[in-house]
Amino acid sequence: MNAPEKKIGAPMNRVDGRQKVTGAAKYAAEYDLPNMAYAVLVGSTIAKGRLSSIDTKAAERAPGVLAVITHLNAPKAPGAKPAGKDPSQPQTVGSALQVFLDDNIRFNDQPIAVVVADTLERARFAARLVKAQYAPEKHQTNLEANKANAFLPTQAKKNPKSGAADYQRGQVDAYKTGALKLEAEYVIPTEVHHPMELQAITAHWEAPDRLTLYDKTQGTMATRRDFARQWGLPEANVKVIATYVGGAFGNALHSWPHESAAIIAAKVVNRPVKLMLTREQMFTMVGYRPYTWQKIGMSATADGKITAITHESIGQTSTYEEFVEATLGQTKMMYESPNLTTRYRLAALDVGSPIWMRGPGEATGAFALESAMDEMAFLLNLDPLEFRLRNYTNQDPEKNRPWSSKFLKECYQAGAERVGWNKRQLKPGALRDGEWLIGYGMGVGTFGAHRGSSKASAQLLPNGTVLLQSAVTDIGPGTGTAMTQIAADTLGLAPGRIRFEWGNSDFAQAPTQGGSAIVNTVGPAVQEACLALKDKLRELAAGGNSAFASAKKEDVVLADTHLTLTGNPTARAPYTDLVKQAGGTAVTVESKPSGEGQKVSMYSFSVHFAEVRVHELTGEVRVSKLISCADAGTIINEKTAGNQMKGGAVGGIGMALMEHAIIDDRFGRYVTKDLADYHVPVHADSPAVEVFFVNKPDPYVNQLGTKGIGEIATIGVAPAIANAVFNATGKRVRELPITPDKLV
Amino acid sequence: MNQFQYVRATKPQAAIEAVAKDPNARFIAGGTNLVDLMKRGVMTPQKLVDINRLDLRKIERQNNALRIGALALNSTVADDRQVRERHPLLALALNAGASPQLRNMATVGGNMLQRTRCPYFYDTALPCNKRQPGSGCGALEGINRMHAIFGFSDKCIAVHPSDMSVALVALDATVQVSGPKGNRSIPFADFHRLPGDTPEKDTNLEPGELITAVDIPDGPFTKHVHYQKVRERASYAFALLSVAAALDIDNGTIKAARLAMGGVAHKPWRLTAAEQALIGKPATEAIFRQAATVAMQGAKAFKHNEYKLRLGPNIIVQALKTAAAA
Ligand SMILES: Cc1cc2nc3c(=O)[nH]c(=O)nc-3n(C[C@H](O)[C@H](O)[C@H](O)COP(=O)(O)OP(=O)(O)OC[C@H]3O[C@@H](n4cnc5c(N)ncnc54)[C@H](O)[C@@H]3O)c2cc1C
Repeated sequence: MNAPEKKIGAPMNRVDGRQKVTGAAKYAAEYDLPNMAYAVLVGSTIAKGRLSSIDTKAAERAPGVLAVITHLNAPKAPGAKPAGKDPSQPQTVGSALQVFLDDNIRFNDQPIAVVVADTLERARFAARLVKAQYAPEKHQTNLEANKANAFLPTQAKKNPKSGAADYQRGQVDAYKTGALKLEAEYVIPTEVHHPMELQAITAHWEAPDRLTLYDKTQGTMATRRDFARQWGLPEANVKVIATYVGGAFGNALHSWPHESAAIIAAKVVNRPVKLMLTREQMFTMVGYRPYTWQKIGMSATADGKITAITHESIGQTSTYEEFVEATLGQTKMMYESPNLTTRYRLAALDVGSPIWMRGPGEATGAFALESAMDEMAFLLNLDPLEFRLRNYTNQDPEKNRPWSSKFLKECYQAGAERVGWNKRQLKPGALRDGEWLIGYGMGVGTFGAHRGSSKASAQLLPNGTVLLQSAVTDIGPGTGTAMTQIAADTLGLAPGRIRFEWGNSDFAQAPTQGGSAIVNTVGPAVQEACLALKDKLRELAAGGNSAFASAKKEDVVLADTHLTLTGNPTARAPYTDLVKQAGGTAVTVESKPSGEGQKVSMYSFSVHFAEVRVHELTGEVRVSKLISCADAGTIINEKTAGNQMKGGAVGGIGMALMEHAIIDDRFGRYVTKDLADYHVPVHADSPAVEVFFVNKPDPYVNQLGTKGIGEIATIGVAPAIANAVFNATGKRVRELPITPDKLV
Repeated sequence: MNQFQYVRATKPQAAIEAVAKDPNARFIAGGTNLVDLMKRGVMTPQKLVDINRLDLRKIERQNNALRIGALALNSTVADDRQVRERHPLLALALNAGASPQLRNMATVGGNMLQRTRCPYFYDTALPCNKRQPGSGCGALEGINRMHAIFGFSDKCIAVHPSDMSVALVALDATVQVSGPKGNRSIPFADFHRLPGDTPEKDTNLEPGELITAVDIPDGPFTKHVHYQKVRERASYAFALLSVAAALDIDNGTIKAARLAMGGVAHKPWRLTAAEQALIGKPATEAIFRQAATVAMQGAKAFKHNEYKLRLGPNIIVQALKTAAAA
């Protein structure tokens, strides 16, 4: 048998591509269980206060209605606690809003009732008939008006080493005394994830103490834990299935009110209940990138060495949870600056809780930092790339230790060449094509190369297929495909002989998909499970054939129908015999990070180069070139990884040019309510994004050499575009998005 | 969504009668606007009279005009050879609207009657005089980025969102309607109305009146035309502002001009004074600038749409430049 060609790195098609494009892939809202009922949420129309009365009579009498559930009649889950009062959650972060516990209103559109009916249409109709009266209180939904009330997050108060705590090296606010200095404020508005697939759940109490959820979640195990806790059940009694997730970008990293509502509804009507949010509800109750104000002070020497940076931010959170993200992380480690100060604060508003949105806080912070870098380069009359090179860090200035690997200079070079950086003029507005002003800009991104612990299981099936299982989800990056490739190389099998199953909390333990950590974490577990399976098979084979007993596991070969050994074709153990043996072939392996990583700083790096065209009369911005270069360690699949980079870049175009969820503060209510007025890029907004990977293994993160891609694909894109707009027009837009009104 | 009755009309007269005698009945054509509004509870008709089976899809020339049936699809009209040859401005405006999928459903009659995209109109929890007379105008002191700079009242500052209508008002179209009292023609400029004290009324149609066609008179605007639309992304978004420009240029001199704006008023906004400022003048950027200044006279902005006062003249100039060069 010829060894199959190496799969790691190959641009293999997605293992689930066919299911996805033919509609065979089932998403959370597509499970049809016998006797299913449908639930529709009724939301509050005030942002803060009390529900003084709620009239459900008309809804209850409507055709097909099975139940109308409010705080007055909802069964109380034993572990459910009012928002902010859940002792099982660390007090520092509050707790997720759980529905129908009391008459408190904490944000506009908070669920106040759920209507359950035998059809969706009837549930929707009846939901309109629920009438609520409120005792409103004065609400706060505007961060700018609440900056004076910003506070240090509890986690930072408790732990001065926390990433959210104030950070200092050198002198405090040293930029103020710098010779050449810059001070600027930047604003990122609220942005909403809006994956194509709406949030949905089908909740089924299979027995009074056994719950199955078909749910849109990024973490089957986290969701299982949350709802087992909420209902006082052993985790083993709760099963969460999320085989297909139609994008999430972070908004399924948390347990949300609608999930609690569906589970309560299923309990009340004693039938499986399906609940899918509307696009409008996606704005209000399933998280968003928080509105964030930032200020940067920076000083530099005349020859372009940064002497000090102060970076402050105030991010929006809800009144019941302290949502913390790493907005200021990149500033601490990206550039050599002897004096550096960061201050991270939160402002609690009467809104739903935010949640990490792709590239999360780092993307927010990078907009300010990378814009400020461009502003400073301009003050210095220096090329912004040259300015970055003069402040390049060869080791981590925050932790004073080496990088595990850093090939950012390679990225700079590749990107600059591809975008045609040499055409860039220092003076803004110098290039044009008719009425279109042309500009070039760059923005750098970085994100921790996180790796956690994970398990994976492997077993041989009689037909010679290897079945691998992991509880991990695949929200779109191609996790299933990457794992199949890793297994194929480890087992020496064609990918067609591997079946990787995911998205089920009953499978081997795996972390929530997020933070660009899945290939880093689950990849090694899959690899080790495959090696363990080889060894197990060898052991099983040894009973019938002594050649296997003394063989090394590396020499074990999985031929079409039987196990054999390299260089010893007479050693044969048919699969049908192996799988029949007592105990079976299944192995489950846990893979953990080694301690080695403690000695180094592990990050993925990216740089994005944009060429934009700005119409001198209409202020329209078109991104004509976008080059995204990444040092993300080993690339497992060039195609899906490239896809990640492109998707992240398009998300960055949205952030830079159009995404903006707007609240009318008088009512504390969103006025952007659908995808017709909350704009995300369409094809015409995106050039063909060009991707470059350094593709060099990182020696520390794991044995595969990976570092993670998902976040760095977005981090740094928005400032690259904003900087290019400045280069084209001389106009510095510090408040995103850069819509035409800001340029005319 | 509320419960409603659905009937399918096969004769115009039956459709008209069904709607005329029932104040809670509405025609439905492509449904791309009405169904959305019903889902949101903004419109709650109790009866829908489906007019899609009526024979109102034809596009044909009669009496020196092109008659476009009210049920002709936006995409069909935009692709129609006669439209492209005789009234290319209309094709440009149609193709600047919505998306191919929507244009494949949307009809000419429905497009004219699409309702404002003002967010206060769309949210039944917020005040809106257009949706609920007397409840107040949420936009007046609210988020009014998209709102009017001409012809508004203190009851309503919403704008009409149609791109097609901006071209039709520029082209001096006439709306043919059929109602309980017979047929009549309405000049396009008089079809939509300003909000005044009754913003709940978008148009001058009487209850039960059915649009049967739109007539566009033959004219000289077959070459130097442009529809300039500025939006927050490259495609598939409503206009912040738009301009329909049509010029008849002879030897560098403007013989006739048509100019209209979208995104500025409760109706498509014809700029007749600016047209006058162009006629007889050379087709130069300086003249276009002058006309743009005339066009913007009387414009008044609110808190969030002040940019329209700056963007407006710019895109008039851009539209005229592009039209002249076409
Ligand atoms: C996401 C989105 C984006 C859009 N973007 C744009 C855009 O950029 N530019 C733009 O111009 N438009 C845009 N539109 C609006 C679109 O053009 C309209 O929805 C469409 O033209 C309406 O036509 P219809 O046939 O579907 O009307 P319907 O929804 O069927 O009807 C609309 C109204 O007209 C009435 N009506 C219909 N036909 C007649 C008739 N013959 N006589 C009397 N009354 C009648 C109905 O009773 C109803 O009140 C967008 C729509 C959506 C959903």
